[in-house]
Amino acid sequence: MTVALQQLVNGLTVGSFYALIALGYTMVYGIIRLINFAHGDIYAVGAFLGLSTYGLLRLLHVDNPILTTLLGLVVSMGCTGLLGMLVYRVAYRPLLHARLSILISAIGASLTLEYGLFLIYSPSFLVYPHLFDTPGMSLGDISVSGLQIIIFVSGLVLMAALYLIVHRTKIGMAMRALAINQDAARLMGIDVNRVVALTFFLGSTLAAFAGVLTGLYYSQISFLMGFLIGLKAFTAAVLGGIGNIPGAVVGGFLLGVLEGLAAGYFSSRWKDVVAFGILIVILVVRPRGLLGERVVERM
Amino acid sequence: MNLLEVRNLVTAYGSIEALHGISLDVADGEIVALLGANGAGKTTALRTISGLLRPRSGEVWFAGARIDRRPAHDIVRLGLTHVPEGRWIFSLMTVDENLRLGAYAEPRVPQAALDRVFTLFPRLRERRAQVAGTLSGGEQQMLAIARALMTRPRLLLLDEPSMGLAPVLVRLIIQTIAEINRDGTTVLIVEQNASAALRLARRAYVLENGRVALEGPSADLAKNERVRQAYLGVGAPLRAQG
Ligand SMILES: Nc1ncnc2c1ncn2[C@@H]1O[C@H](COP(=O)(O)OP(=O)(O)O)[C@@H](O)[C@H]1O
Ligand SMILES: [Mg+2]
Repeated sequence: MTVALQQLVNGLTVGSFYALIALGYTMVYGIIRLINFAHGDIYAVGAFLGLSTYGLLRLLHVDNPILTTLLGLVVSMGCTGLLGMLVYRVAYRPLLHARLSILISAIGASLTLEYGLFLIYSPSFLVYPHLFDTPGMSLGDISVSGLQIIIFVSGLVLMAALYLIVHRTKIGMAMRALAINQDAARLMGIDVNRVVALTFFLGSTLAAFAGVLTGLYYSQISFLMGFLIGLKAFTAAVLGGIGNIPGAVVGGFLLGVLEGLAAGYFSSRWKDVVAFGILIVILVVRPRGLLGERVVERM
Repeated sequence: MNLLEVRNLVTAYGSIEALHGISLDVADGEIVALLGANGAGKTTALRTISGLLRPRSGEVWFAGARIDRRPAHDIVRLGLTHVPEGRWIFSLMTVDENLRLGAYAEPRVPQAALDRVFTLFPRLRERRAQVAGTLSGGEQQMLAIARALMTRPRLLLLDEPSMGLAPVLVRLIIQTIAEINRDGTTVLIVEQNASAALRLARRAYVLENGRVALEGPSADLAKNERVRQAYLGVGAPLRAQG
């Protein structure tokens, strides 16, 4: 039981990362039916930009840990958001009507970002600053670190904020409309390219947020860090029902917890096998994912 | 000067040309009908005018501005709104959200436009909170027109608004279009129901295979032997009416 609870805590932490990244996949898929294979690398760029911001702040002798953390997050999210828009503009927008070419373009964007990080930063692991020791909690044998609580709670807050943007604002209404029928949205005066670009921006900021917190949580980052987690977050999005925002959140947390439990009861070497085995079973039973209904129209 | 002027419009899907150079005019305040068999190019013509399709050549002028190179979302802001074939309502969103999307270009939803829409279609007021996909076919058509009116158009393009509706609803929709026109909105309507369209419109164009085959005042066309046989089902039909 202790193992289960401890792994639940760890799983919810990692699940927060998966969910935040999965939202970017699912939003882009929901509105333009594109799997943005570069999204995992956008997350990696977010982590690196956070690291650069911390380095810069140290040079400027800003050393209040809370201020540093917040600035790192905000700068990284803003810049990564713009980068996401740039990827859309350069790699996807010219090819929106060429389904196969756009797939190649996505792989190209992914490799460009990965090896851009490789060249600009480093081919080896980089160490993230250890900014502050948040007091954790111990409940019996289970320990929850302060950082885990921050990751989980702030992740939930961002997910809720995204949900409110999509369902309560005018731009969110435009996003949902163009997910249903792009030409009909154009006839309402909606500039589809602007709304899609904004979707890339929002998804990329969430990924950058996850990237910076990943750095703080694991203390190290590498230029390839987005590859596997990108695949997993994509899996989480499919698991929840791709195109569906609550589905991405459910899928992310579920995948995180399954992996945690698998690591706890089998071994961390087997965790991916066990977790993905369960995922395959779920998808066989529910091919459209847990919350997916039809292939279209689900934001 | 006409409100809408279309000159030698050529539109193609890939290598297949659907419009081979059509020209038509719509004057301010008119109702003009566009008739033609299935596949004649009526929908293609409307989609090109509203900017959903790029013409290969030719020109479209609206209210003195050339619009054939402008994106669709710009054209609607100029006051030219297209109610597409098949309605294209946002099925998973509420009636209210559909109407608010009609007013997307405006900073806030214009109350006057909303009031007018609910006066024209009282049923939509009752169904404001309902998900649009659960409306009946007639109500969905009303919503498509209502949503277009929320853009406060000067010119309304209507593509087969009576398609698939029971006769009583067809009559209601046609009457409402006449009323919208009386309030000052110019209308270019594509209609399978040629007799209703010729009664509603002052003038009409007949498209055949992507070309304007006939044009003139509705009364003249209604008497034309070719029109009567092909589109009004009088005498031996030349081709099946789609
Ligand atoms: N999306 C499309 N792709 C290829 N050809 C099309 C497409 N839409 C229409 N067409 C062709 O263009 C011609 C005109 O079609 P359309 O404008 O829909 O006619 P109408 O509205 O008068 O029935 C037809 O031959 C039709 O097959
Ligand atoms: Mg048609």
